[in-house]
Amino acid sequence: MNTVAVARLIAAKDLRVERRSKIVTNQVLPFAGITMVSFAFALDKQNVLDTVAPGLVWLATMFSLLIIVQRTFAIETDDGALDAMRVAGVDPRAIFIGKALALGVQLLMLEAMLFGAAVIFYGESIPSEHVFASVVLLVTTMLSATCGLAAVGTLYGGLAAGFKGSETLLPLLTLPAVAPVLIGATKAVESAVGTSGAVVSEGWQWVGLLTVFAVAAVVGGALAFGPLIDD
Amino acid sequence: MAASAPDGVGSSSETGLNLLALTSQIAAIEEVFARLFRIRQGCGHWPSLVMWTCLMSELSTTFSNAAPTASTTANDDSAGGAAPDNAEADVVIALEGVVAVLGNFPALAGVSLTVQRGEIVLLKGPNGAGKTTLLRLCAGLLPVERGTASILGFDLVTQRQLVRPHVGLLGHQNGLYLDLSVRENVEFWGRTVGASAQEIASAMSRMGVAERLADVPVRKLSAGQKRRTSLACLVARRAQVWLLDEPHAGLDAAGRDELDATLGQAARSGATILVASHELERAGGLATRSVEVVAGQVVTDTNEPLGSE
Repeated sequence: MNTVAVARLIAAKDLRVERRSKIVTNQVLPFAGITMVSFAFALDKQNVLDTVAPGLVWLATMFSLLIIVQRTFAIETDDGALDAMRVAGVDPRAIFIGKALALGVQLLMLEAMLFGAAVIFYGESIPSEHVFASVVLLVTTMLSATCGLAAVGTLYGGLAAGFKGSETLLPLLTLPAVAPVLIGATKAVESAVGTSGAVVSEGWQWVGLLTVFAVAAVVGGALAFGPLIDD
Repeated sequence: MAASAPDGVGSSSETGLNLLALTSQIAAIEEVFARLFRIRQGCGHWPSLVMWTCLMSELSTTFSNAAPTASTTANDDSAGGAAPDNAEADVVIALEGVVAVLGNFPALAGVSLTVQRGEIVLLKGPNGAGKTTLLRLCAGLLPVERGTASILGFDLVTQRQLVRPHVGLLGHQNGLYLDLSVRENVEFWGRTVGASAQEIASAMSRMGVAERLADVPVRKLSAGQKRRTSLACLVARRAQVWLLDEPHAGLDAAGRDELDATLGQAARSGATILVASHELERAGGLATRSVEVVAGQVVTDTNEPLGSE
């Protein structure tokens, strides 16, 4: 089996496990929704919420990312399956790509829900004069940011899975590493929704940053994952 | 006259080094946040990206070095998975003067052992004798520090990664996905090596998990049924060498009987099995040979199964 085929197999397995256990749908999505509502309570002024809404969406995404990453590696460590994959000689690049793919799919679901929540709770909207360009920028931002988040989350999730105290180590490793995504994605979404007079064209340079980050994270992660999980 | 270091000097200098490493890691994290703040202050995104790539690479290296041990073996699995031709095709495991260390502790101190195809070898010995380490070494999970070792003709020193697809290690955990059914687990492990649907069905059938249990989630199985499912996964992924660490642990009498029957059948089909166990009567009745490991060395090796002693 080649690397791509095994990666697809692993991604399909992870998504099937999630469909059965419903941890993300029944626990992580509600957590993200509650986070958005809490932000609205804490910043209870419409002009403040208008300004910071894109950043809050991505902050809620980061927090939820940590829970999903812990979950995605918990299914591997509950009964020693990650060790079994190492013993079976499964290509570590396939494990990395497969798990990142499944994580990316779950993150896209989460982000869609969070943007919906921002519309409902924060009154966010897309400027009517550039609807198409704004939607394209928004979708491209989501895709490129998700690739970067999924790659970094998988890399550090795999690393932390081998440590005692992985629950506390994972945020310490992951949050600084995904800070460029937080900054770039927030700026790009601000441009897409016209926060503080930002225009769509300003958002593309941030999408460029997100894309380069995603490529670096995927390539670097695929190369580093094997040595990191190996004893 | 060379002065010898007094007791405690080594440990205090080690503590000092650990503190130094910890301090440098904290400093690295502080630097991350300081730079993060400066990025937020509005420097351009290209310099930020380059800086972040360098920073994250450095952090990865730092934490990777903090991991128990990092593999240094080349991941040259592109060479393919077929076992090389072995002049002595029936010799599956050949270890000669093998030394392996866990941290600074020599867990194996010159083990020599030869195992033929189809043998069931019982590894016995007290706790900490090196039985589990020996199994992990044979699975390609530990490097050989000294000596020569080959599994199925693969050199364990230079081809450790290539050994792995051909061996199966069943330790205290089963390596199963608890939310998936028996069938889904066996299919997953079988398909990682390209096994056909027929091979997967055959593996399930051989291990007695094909009918009533096939669609039951693993989480709902008994300990014995989980063991059988795990063994079915080994068969599906065509493991030729089975390395079993306390396989009878947690099983009731019926589960143990089932497991013994399964292992006997696997050996008759050509699998080579190493069983580490404290339950000598049970495992000894199954084994065709018993090897005693004490303090990281093989001290006795007899072809008389324990059941006949």
